[in-house]
Amino acid sequence: MRKILYLGPLILFVIIAIYFAAPILDGKDPRILPSAMIEKPIPNLDLPPLVRTKPGIDNQSLTGNVRLVNFFSSWCGPCRTEHEFLMKIKETKLVPIYGINYKDKKNAAQQWLSDLGDPYEKIGRDIDGRTAIDWGVYGVPETYIIDRNGFIQYRHVGPLSQRVFDDKLAPVLTALRKQEND
Amino acid sequence: MIKRNLLLILFLAIVNLPSSSFAVEPTEILQNPQLEARARVLSKNIRCLVCQNQSIDDSNASLAKDLRKVVREQLVNGASDEEIFDFLIERYGDFVLLKPPVKPSTYMLWYGPITLFLIGLLMSVLFLTRRRKLAPEEPLTQKELDQLSKLITNRAED
Amino acid sequence: MIAELGHYALVLALLVALVQTTVPLFGAAKNDFALMGVAQPAATAQFLSILFAFAALTYSYVTSDFSVINVAENSHSLKPLLYKISGVWGNHEGSMILWVLILALFGFAVARFGVHLPPTLKARVLSVQGSIGVAFLGFILLTSNPFLRLDPAPIDGRDLNPLLQDPGLAFHPPMLYLGYVGFSMAFSFAVAALIEGKVDPAWARWVRPWTLAAWTALTAGITLGSWWAYYELGWGGWWYWDPVENASFMPWLSGTALLHSAVVVEKRDALKSWTILLAILTFALSLMGTFLVRSGVLTSVHAFAVDPERGLYILAILVVFIGGALTIFALRAPTMKLGGLFQPISREGGLVMNNLLLSVATATVFIGTLYPLFLDATTDQKVSVGPPFFNATFVPVMIPLVLLMAIGPMLAWKRGDLPAAMSRLWFAVLVSLGLGVFIFWVNADEPFTPVIGFALAGWLAAGTLKEFGDRVGLFREKLSQSLARARRLPRSTYGMTLAHLGLAIFICGAVADSAWRTEVVINAKESDKASIAGFDALLEKVERQQGPNYQLERATIVIKKDGEYITTIFPERRFYPVQQMPTTEAAIHTTFLADIYVSLGEGGKNQGWTLRLWYNPLIPWIWAGCLIMVFGGLISLSDRRLRVGAPFKKIEPKKSKHSGLENA
Repeated sequence: MRKILYLGPLILFVIIAIYFAAPILDGKDPRILPSAMIEKPIPNLDLPPLVRTKPGIDNQSLTGNVRLVNFFSSWCGPCRTEHEFLMKIKETKLVPIYGINYKDKKNAAQQWLSDLGDPYEKIGRDIDGRTAIDWGVYGVPETYIIDRNGFIQYRHVGPLSQRVFDDKLAPVLTALRKQEND
Repeated sequence: MIKRNLLLILFLAIVNLPSSSFAVEPTEILQNPQLEARARVLSKNIRCLVCQNQSIDDSNASLAKDLRKVVREQLVNGASDEEIFDFLIERYGDFVLLKPPVKPSTYMLWYGPITLFLIGLLMSVLFLTRRRKLAPEEPLTQKELDQLSKLITNRAED
Repeated sequence: MIAELGHYALVLALLVALVQTTVPLFGAAKNDFALMGVAQPAATAQFLSILFAFAALTYSYVTSDFSVINVAENSHSLKPLLYKISGVWGNHEGSMILWVLILALFGFAVARFGVHLPPTLKARVLSVQGSIGVAFLGFILLTSNPFLRLDPAPIDGRDLNPLLQDPGLAFHPPMLYLGYVGFSMAFSFAVAALIEGKVDPAWARWVRPWTLAAWTALTAGITLGSWWAYYELGWGGWWYWDPVENASFMPWLSGTALLHSAVVVEKRDALKSWTILLAILTFALSLMGTFLVRSGVLTSVHAFAVDPERGLYILAILVVFIGGALTIFALRAPTMKLGGLFQPISREGGLVMNNLLLSVATATVFIGTLYPLFLDATTDQKVSVGPPFFNATFVPVMIPLVLLMAIGPMLAWKRGDLPAAMSRLWFAVLVSLGLGVFIFWVNADEPFTPVIGFALAGWLAAGTLKEFGDRVGLFREKLSQSLARARRLPRSTYGMTLAHLGLAIFICGAVADSAWRTEVVINAKESDKASIAGFDALLEKVERQQGPNYQLERATIVIKKDGEYITTIFPERRFYPVQQMPTTEAAIHTTFLADIYVSLGEGGKNQGWTLRLWYNPLIPWIWAGCLIMVFGGLISLSDRRLRVGAPFKKIEPKKSKHSGLENA
């Protein structure tokens, strides 16, 4: 009996070691926070437009079919990185993208879009960042998948790329579209 | 007074400063000291999500400042502490609280230490009392007493 | 050239460590003195090689040799010399060199100064120590080599993080490493004892100086880190329950338990298994700390880069060494002879409770620090465990511990008289109640925490002093006789008394600061005034200046009380152009009773600056208390008995006549 007691520390240690190994072997990035808004309806929003030619964004504009909502800013480096891919999405008409300009100066954002191109169907300005807080955004860029009923179904933190899209977003989009057609 | 504050807010909004060092700014402080005190306490319990390991009260990150404003706004509107926490949890999940909620997934966290203490206490008490039973003390015989005194005097000479 | 030599020195050290691990161990098994004797020169050679490598790296930094990648990434030609040197250990690779240097230093010290150790034990101790060296030197050479070159060499380096360019933080890592790497020696002694199959008072006596040295250094290291965070980070906090802080605090808690448990082995030949287990546990916590800090497993959102490869390697080291040690423990510990008997109510019993409480405290910090990791791994849920949790769980464990700290020393060994001990503590009860009532009366509207905190501190201080007083017969005999007795007391008694007193003072400081700290935040232009805690602070002017490798804004703050001039202090805001990072240098006016702490925020001449002022009552007592603990440790280390290093030989009782007593 005593001998088994002496094994206790070793057993406990092995269990703990497995828990240490798991996240490393998993390769999960510990910095990413899962969204608390999944499967919840989009929060109420009514954002003013950024460019004259496109309307702002409100709840109505975000329902109808599956779409992406992309939070971006002109002062954000990774946003610049993903912008080329966003343009590609627009050109190949993969899925409509709606942009929310986060805590940005109007001129700077307009300049940014005219320099790099405008991949968005509509753009709203979140001037004070409150809308972002309502969505649970904690940094830019972040991209959300909204289903046709206006429910948040997925969030990606960080810049989009072809690889990220293929691995993470495409499956969700396919599943949602299938639902639509059913 | 208000105008000066507005100007300051405007200025701060325009100047896009990199994060430097401090937290609550003079312009954020509420007029009502009780509410302000509550705001500070609440803020100390809310995590700054873009920082290494700080509360929104300690951090000067832009998101921290926004969240501080949200907290104060809600306090002014009469929200209770619980309502404010719920508001944030709904959007950011349990992670946003620095004091983890007590729910089944955190029972081991909250009750772990006391459980360990009780188990350890049990083990210690068993350990201590068992030892007492192991060898009843018999008085030394005369011979043993003689040898004992001899050993003591020997050692004293070392 | 020098860098290459440093590199070769590391390889040499690895090879020597391999020899140090294998040959003496084999020799001990065979009782071969020649083979066992290899340990000493090997340990010396290993230390000297690593010292050379360390010197080579330092040379590269001091001469700003940017062809060495490590220097290019972490240094800059404009950096002041002190920070060029401290930059050596201000990064991962360089700090690992410091790690193995201290590991080898302890090995060398035992080899050189442990003259009275029995040959087999010494050989085994150095062998285990050597094996740790092999593991970490391998880690360095395979994954974290600081001597890699860059071709072509950049013109200048990327500079050291400005936060690290500070005297406090320059010395904090070496002190910290002396501490928790030093506990490797306790580990080596423990494993060697398990291999020998024998743990006795002599072993405890031999392991004590190394454990005490490590503990003292770790206390100093943690204090330095905490003090640095206080004056450097700008908002006057001194402990954040951050995972990195906890990683150094856990070995401290466990090491304290180890120190006390070893005393029981030494004095009464009891609690052997517990002590061995604590020695293994303390070093395990050190290794775990190294793992957590460098693997990136415990980062928070949006933190620095994760390095899984290094993490896996350190985890492997952890598994091999701790798993191995615990396996040997499971096999050997049950066969060890049971030691001296004692009643539950006795000093040994008190120390068992001490072990228990400190272990629970360690476990509490452990659970809190690692729970997010465990939860995420099992259920993909994220939860945050911050200071509110630790304050709610850690503090309650400390309360019974502090109560015990005054009672324990009053109990006799083997069989203690609790009522008598409690009656001797009347003085402590008086002081404790008196202080509690005083605080309550002075402070009626505050929560109960300061009342309990000060009552406990008073209990501890008075109890400790009473115990010392009783030992020298204070007030019972003539003063001259008491003084004579005091002079004859062993230094370790002074060490203990000082350490316990230091803790009491620390508690006062911590409680006072957390309960009664006040803060004022204002927007001030030049010539504006602010008041805090009865003091007036005048912002005289704010100037822009140029430092060695930074630009700064410097404010002149004049402090007065009731019109009387107290001091002038100069908080700054700095901007380091190379790393594009701003820092703050708070200005602190320290008195015996409190700190006035002023921070300069953002702003300009027209709109004014954000000025933050804090009044931190009794906060200097936090550092003072910790320093007194360190001082106590040093006094204990200077005890003549430790320096001689030779406990009297254990007299083997003759088997035939005393078998009854033996079979305990």
